Amino acid sequence: MTFNAAALLLLIAGLALIGWLAGRARSNLLAGRAGTKLHSRPQYHGWYVALWLFAPAALFLAVWASVSPALITNQVLTSEAAQSLPAYGFERGAVLSDARNVALGNQAKVRMPAAAPLVKPYADAAHKYAWIGIAAMLALALAGGLYAFTRIKPDFRARTRVEKIVMLVLLLASLVAILTTFGIVLSLLFESIRFFRLVSPAELLFGTEWAPTSGAPQPDTFGGIPLFWGTILIGAIIAMIVAIPIGMMTAVYLTQYAAPVVRKWVKPILEILAGVPTVVYGYFAALTVAPALREFAVMLGIPNASTESALAAGIVMGVMIIPFVSSMADDSINAVPQAMRDGSLALGATPNETIRQVLIPAALPGVMGGILLAVSRAIGETMIVVMAAGLSANMTANPFASVTTVTAQIVKLLTGDQEFDSAKTLAAFALGLVLFIVTLLLNIVALRIVKKYREAYE
Amino acid sequence: MTQDDLTITDPKMKAHGVNVFYGEKQAINDVSIDVGTDLVTAFIGPSGCGKSTFLRSLNRMNDTVASARVTGQIELDGEDIYAPSMDVVQLRARVGMVFQKPNPFPKSIYDNVGYGPRIHGLAPNKADLDVIVERALVRAGLWDEVKDRLQESGTALSGGQQQRLCIARAIAVDPEVILMDEPCSALDPIATAKIEELIHELRGKYAIVIVTHNMQQAARVSQRTAFFHLGTLVEYGKTTDIFTNPKQERTKDYITGRYG
Ligand SMILES: Nc1ncnc2c1ncn2[C@@H]1O[C@H](COP(=O)(O)OP(=O)(O)OP(=O)(O)O)[C@@H](O)[C@H]1O
Ligand SMILES: [Mg+2]
Repeated sequence: MTFNAAALLLLIAGLALIGWLAGRARSNLLAGRAGTKLHSRPQYHGWYVALWLFAPAALFLAVWASVSPALITNQVLTSEAAQSLPAYGFERGAVLSDARNVALGNQAKVRMPAAAPLVKPYADAAHKYAWIGIAAMLALALAGGLYAFTRIKPDFRARTRVEKIVMLVLLLASLVAILTTFGIVLSLLFESIRFFRLVSPAELLFGTEWAPTSGAPQPDTFGGIPLFWGTILIGAIIAMIVAIPIGMMTAVYLTQYAAPVVRKWVKPILEILAGVPTVVYGYFAALTVAPALREFAVMLGIPNASTESALAAGIVMGVMIIPFVSSMADDSINAVPQAMRDGSLALGATPNETIRQVLIPAALPGVMGGILLAVSRAIGETMIVVMAAGLSANMTANPFASVTTVTAQIVKLLTGDQEFDSAKTLAAFALGLVLFIVTLLLNIVALRIVKKYREAYE
Repeated sequence: MTQDDLTITDPKMKAHGVNVFYGEKQAINDVSIDVGTDLVTAFIGPSGCGKSTFLRSLNRMNDTVASARVTGQIELDGEDIYAPSMDVVQLRARVGMVFQKPNPFPKSIYDNVGYGPRIHGLAPNKADLDVIVERALVRAGLWDEVKDRLQESGTALSGGQQQRLCIARAIAVDPEVILMDEPCSALDPIATAKIEELIHELRGKYAIVIVTHNMQQAARVSQRTAFFHLGTLVEYGKTTDIFTNPKQERTKDYITGRYG
């Protein structure tokens, strides 16, 4: 007997169906017998019973499925056979998982002799907890179903109750995303704190030397400034120099000049561009743009020209962000009331003058908000910079030279082969935290601006 | 529609046989009207009868509506405004427009008024512009209220002040005709009275055409009144005649409030 969550879910769904039928039948019966009018139609009574039967049991199932493995392992560890286990670390985990696999029937024989005596305790524990879980779940389902069933009366407001339960379910669903994010941020925070025990925050934020060379004779240095500079150079400067003008011009063309047919085609195409996987842009940057730029730079005689250049990554990232900027600008320009445009045209201004002197200034707050959002996306972008910007932490304003960014370094730190709690690995979390805080602030400011602006034209 | 009771000897604008279509739908049907140079002309009629449509065809604002099409003849000082040689931008500088809802630009009061003169190059330098802005604001009766806060945003003014700002903005480019589409419909009675007073003062300096739903307002501010119904011009004449002695049954019904 093992604990199979999917089968159990099916079981309670089946029970819920029976509950639904029973609830409906009972309310029909009541209505028929008393000759009174039901407050809610019979299927609402059915739903009420079914939901009460299903929801608590399913919730329990979810919780149990996630905690029971830990409970099982705990019990196994208290068994006699476990006393001879290797003290800690990798080996211990491997032996345990070997025993577990055999006990659960996933593999026929133990691979490690040490696991053999653990198979039986494992199977026993699994068996025990499976039964506990199933019994508790069924008890909950029946209790819920019976509770709901006994409440059915002609004047019972099942319809209102069902509405409330549905609302609760939806609320829980929306909490999942929020709580998960919250959990991720917390883990980021904890790992970062561990890092800051080894390296001071001041060094990370203001140090100018980035050299996390674990094992090398000289000590590691975790000065983040070169990374921050690289990130700003690529994401906030070069990418924006490309994306802002082109995105704005696209938006102006689409909102003011394009014939409806053109707009009908170009807008969706731009939106599709926004969905191209960034790795595709990364290829383009690394294989096409970067070599071309290097040749160009060599031709001009620019020193330090590298095949991995800030310019290549920045330009391609800018191109990637164009649809984003243009769609934000499009929305902002469209939000400027038609009356404003008419007012300007009626004074004898040309469409071009109207756009430059009235529409864009009026749309500027919204556009600014959009640009900040674009920056926050650009600095969090990873694939393009990993593929095209390089990994050498240079502090240079030469766009043809190689620089590195926060995201590229996070990837590099985590893909290496080292212990999980080395300063090098932990540094990735600290960098992630810095990035998270910066993009969060950017997003808050941007959304505020956009919201204020919307209100102004309400 | 008779011409004999019209004593307009020197019309500023002449419309003849004008039709306006939105796509297939005809919104204005064979309208002919003369707009007097020194007069205030009022357009009245039930909602949807085409007053705004016709007004907007007088400065070609209908060009901004993709589906709109105008046929017939409209002249400004004897010049066909729909002729290919006509510069629409120039035309709109000569025939200004004030809208139903005040629509100041989100710029300072000064820049709102200075916007037109700047784009038309009427003010070579700052001092000239100062003079133009002040004169327009004085004419629009707003100067005393805003002279100490010219750099504040135009959108921060009250509704009535905003509408006078829009009138000042139109005046600043020195137009010959001012079209007003229900300029008081978003204003309270006091602000309305100020605008009406202003129209009195502007009369003679500009040819003024005003669309209004308010019969008393038409009677108070205009010398000529045109009554539109279902896209046609039913009756056009001296305001006093239209209101005291309408020739058409439909006009009488509308003025006495029987429909509309
Ligand atoms: N942009 C447009 N596209 C299509 N039809 C329009 C458009 N503007 C106006 N119309 C139609 O033309 C007719 C006349 O409209 P118009 O706005 O000129 O009426 P109006 O007399 O000004 O009405 P109101 O007194 O309500 O302002 C109406 O039937 C209207 O539906
Ligand atoms: Mg109208």
